[in-house]
Amino acid sequence: MTTKFSEGVVAESKRTYINKLAQQGTRIDGRGFDDVRPIKITTGYIPRAEGSALVELGETKVLVGIKIEPGEPFPDTPDMGIMTTNVELVPLSSPTFEPGPPTEEAIELARVVDRGIRESHAINMEKLVIEEGEKVWVVFIDMHILNYSGNLFDACGIGAIAALATAKVPAERHGVGEDFPLPVEHYPVPITFAKIGEWIVADPNLDEESIASARLTVTTNEEGMINAMQKGLFGTFTYDEVKKVINRSLDIGKKVREIILGDINGEEN
Amino acid sequence: MDEEKKMRDIVVPGEEIDIEGKPGRGVFVENGKLYSAYLGIVDTRMGYVNVIPLSGCYMPKKGDRVIGKIVDLAPMNWVVDINAPYYAPLHVNDVPWRVEFGDTGRFLSIGDVILAKVSNVNEMGQVWITLKEQGLRKLEGGHIITISPSKVPRVIGKSGSMIQMLKDHTNCRIYVGQNGTIWISGAPDGIITVIKAIRMIEREAHTYGLTDRVKEFLERGDE
Repeated sequence: MTTKFSEGVVAESKRTYINKLAQQGTRIDGRGFDDVRPIKITTGYIPRAEGSALVELGETKVLVGIKIEPGEPFPDTPDMGIMTTNVELVPLSSPTFEPGPPTEEAIELARVVDRGIRESHAINMEKLVIEEGEKVWVVFIDMHILNYSGNLFDACGIGAIAALATAKVPAERHGVGEDFPLPVEHYPVPITFAKIGEWIVADPNLDEESIASARLTVTTNEEGMINAMQKGLFGTFTYDEVKKVINRSLDIGKKVREIILGDINGEEN
Repeated sequence: MDEEKKMRDIVVPGEEIDIEGKPGRGVFVENGKLYSAYLGIVDTRMGYVNVIPLSGCYMPKKGDRVIGKIVDLAPMNWVVDINAPYYAPLHVNDVPWRVEFGDTGRFLSIGDVILAKVSNVNEMGQVWITLKEQGLRKLEGGHIITISPSKVPRVIGKSGSMIQMLKDHTNCRIYVGQNGTIWISGAPDGIITVIKAIRMIEREAHTYGLTDRVKEFLERGDE
């Protein structure tokens, strides 16, 4: 019935309630405008994958798996590895997700995550060549949405980078040398903002996402560079708002990156 | 029933229930013995043995008061989502206003929330609801949340004790629909407290002495 992530018809009272809360500077779950929900990352969740991460962003739950296999490079980039991203919106995760070919939302989601990682050069693709022009490593990033409670962009982006950072290239199994860790050199973090009335909140939850007029995802890396941006929905942002959103995304991204890096490095506990 | 959280008896479908009493909801009789039809908790009330399912969809019952959301308009009726397997039509004859043909949108529009009563349910699970009774109306403002319908009796409490306590502590107006939809109106702080309390009730619905713990939570204030 609906093609949006949200649950179709939104009760008018919910809209007014969230707006009223925003006026008082608070949000439906008591967070401040710049607070993200608690993030929990479990890396190495799938033992048979080359790398994996289970991410819980509040109640949103995403499982990311990395598969690395040898393959043929693209003719125009013979000296580079290949990366592909795919998102599966599991029907069990939301009443509005249906089985079948990927929807517009799933494709957009995969592309936003893909662009963040690709444009930040998070993976050093040149180190993924086995034989130039003949054989390179192909990195598959597969994301499964296990529970949808808003803001899949950030959950998927966080999961993807956490899974990549802990991934190992299975060279031994394919008889081309020794296993080595996937060369991850940057840590891009996407932060999504939703515009509610005249307010802009970070990490929108399901309720906020369903009434948002516009959405902006900003992916930044640890050097404070903007790697990717994606605007969604029909509403608009003013020039000033975009500038503010970028600054906020840098601040929030820094905090989120610390959590991710802490989880990757402190794998044992 | 003292301080420790005591669990109620949990039964699985087909499990014999060794309690004397008349068969109530969620229970079937075979060879004179009672068996559970659901995964749920056994509850004896006024001589009846019931099994309250731990989870599940709302199954409409004639006479239930439910809170619904208008999801579509038609010339002679509104389509209402009451959290049941099917949407429920609300016919223009079942509202207290005189509605001209095709003029339904002037009275209730998409996204409005109403407090209605289930007037009829047939064998196929189709539902008819009505607004023609004292107290039934469109709910203006406030906020709605949804809980599992099986937990509704716990939110209301024995003869309304729980819900009354929530109202007294927070000065909010609260309606609990039998379909698990709860409407709360009042100051934002109050609403947030009520939601927290309801989530707590939902989490601990299967334990004894819940009312006391909720009372403690409300008196302690935030967190």
